[in-house]
Amino acid sequence: MNETPKIEMRGVHKTFGKKVVLNGVDLDVNVGESVVIIGGSGTGKSVTLKSILGLLTPDSGTIKVDGENVIGIGSSDRERINHKFGMLFQGAALFDSLPVWENVTFGLLAEKRCNRKDAHDIAIEKLAMVGMKADVADLMPSELSGGMQKRVGLARAIASDPDIIFFDEPTTGLDPIMADVINDLIVKVTRDVGATALSITHDMASARKIANRVAMLYEGKIIWQGPVEDIDHSGNAHVDQFIHGRADGPIQMAVRA
Amino acid sequence: MNPFQPIGRVFLKFLETTGRLVSFLTLGLMHAVRPPYYPRIILRQMIDIGFFSLPVVGLTAVFAGMVLALQSYTGFSRFSAEGAIANVVVLSITRELGPVLAGLMVAGRIGASLAAEIGTMRVTEQIDALTTLSTNPMKYLVAPRLIAGITMFPILVLIADIIGVFGGYLVAVHKLGFNAANYLQNTWDFLTAEDVQSGLVKAAVFGFIVSLMGCYHGYNSKGGAQGVGRATTNAVVSACILILCSDYVLTEMFFTK
Repeated sequence: MNETPKIEMRGVHKTFGKKVVLNGVDLDVNVGESVVIIGGSGTGKSVTLKSILGLLTPDSGTIKVDGENVIGIGSSDRERINHKFGMLFQGAALFDSLPVWENVTFGLLAEKRCNRKDAHDIAIEKLAMVGMKADVADLMPSELSGGMQKRVGLARAIASDPDIIFFDEPTTGLDPIMADVINDLIVKVTRDVGATALSITHDMASARKIANRVAMLYEGKIIWQGPVEDIDHSGNAHVDQFIHGRADGPIQMAVRA
Repeated sequence: MNPFQPIGRVFLKFLETTGRLVSFLTLGLMHAVRPPYYPRIILRQMIDIGFFSLPVVGLTAVFAGMVLALQSYTGFSRFSAEGAIANVVVLSITRELGPVLAGLMVAGRIGASLAAEIGTMRVTEQIDALTTLSTNPMKYLVAPRLIAGITMFPILVLIADIIGVFGGYLVAVHKLGFNAANYLQNTWDFLTAEDVQSGLVKAAVFGFIVSLMGCYHGYNSKGGAQGVGRATTNAVVSACILILCSDYVLTEMFFTK
């Protein structure tokens, strides 16, 4: 397979002050694949995602999207690249001054791919894709529960038919049943829009469900990656400790006694 | 420890902040003059900053005018110069008290709300979400607020001038026993276009300062609720101080002319 990967990261470094967060991340995400990055808190998962999105600029290394370098590009190029992206934020990050329908179609309106008259109907259509009724469209985000906000966030992420969708801890803060609903929706909608997916999570149930391939980030590096089926016999002590959630093992949490 | 170290650190910090602020305001102004514009948001901000500040500004102005008439009577009656009260009131209000008092009051009202709103958007990742939805947050959030600040402040101050002079008139006529027609004639005779103009130029500058400080501190806030609180305080305090400093500079410019 000689296809250009959708996302290609090579030797990406990022430090904040004296703290090294990314210490040479190498990762490929191929077309149509769903990759999940797992890792503990503070291992640089979010920073990895934000570097790809251009919200943070890495200190060194390369990140290519569809074979095109995206580090240090101008804002108009960045905007063009971001058209390919959809993102579901951890806290959904809905705009609380706008009703649900305007949230869902925000990207389409910004790119002038629809006018305000049609936006309401399009929003209802997108909301239906994530299993929400039409009457939600006129509510404000603050009137929704956490799980519903996540679903609206998902509808917003897929509204502009992105090539690549990013999921930042999609199940954090949800009850187990709602978490499973969200996982199912993620699998369904990425298949429906035919997108490539890159997620970060520390929820193993979620990772097993949505991933084709899993990569483990530890101390700013990808220390293991492979198909999700192999994760239980990865032969990597760090991965074993993480997926079984044990306090003892090679990963030492910085806990003050 | 080297005693010069802390001094140097403070100085470098000051330079850094100044640099950040200047690049922030350049970027904000650039986006304010370049399309695409967001007329809907500009209008909403104008209503927020202009219309809803009217009660605060009106009350401040009417009492300032009333106090001014009383106090100058106390002073001028000692050397039988009561006739100059109309002159003093109209000059102080239009040149100085109108813009400065309105500026300080609105700095509290608008500076705080801008910083809190944008700061909350920052910590809940809504600003990041804007970027992923092909919308430049500087253009969408900051530029409309700068435009609204610069345009609405002079209008507010013009209204404050009228109400302030009216406050002086109330006290002079009803408490100090001046002849109403004479007082108004005096006010009108002493009033020059330059007095009002210099006040309005000040107002535009103060409006810019207030929205800039609110946006800047909100945009750069970090660290959850506490960070937003700190941003709000900093926005109001820095806006007030900058208003008083720039007031002197502007007064001197108009003075030497």
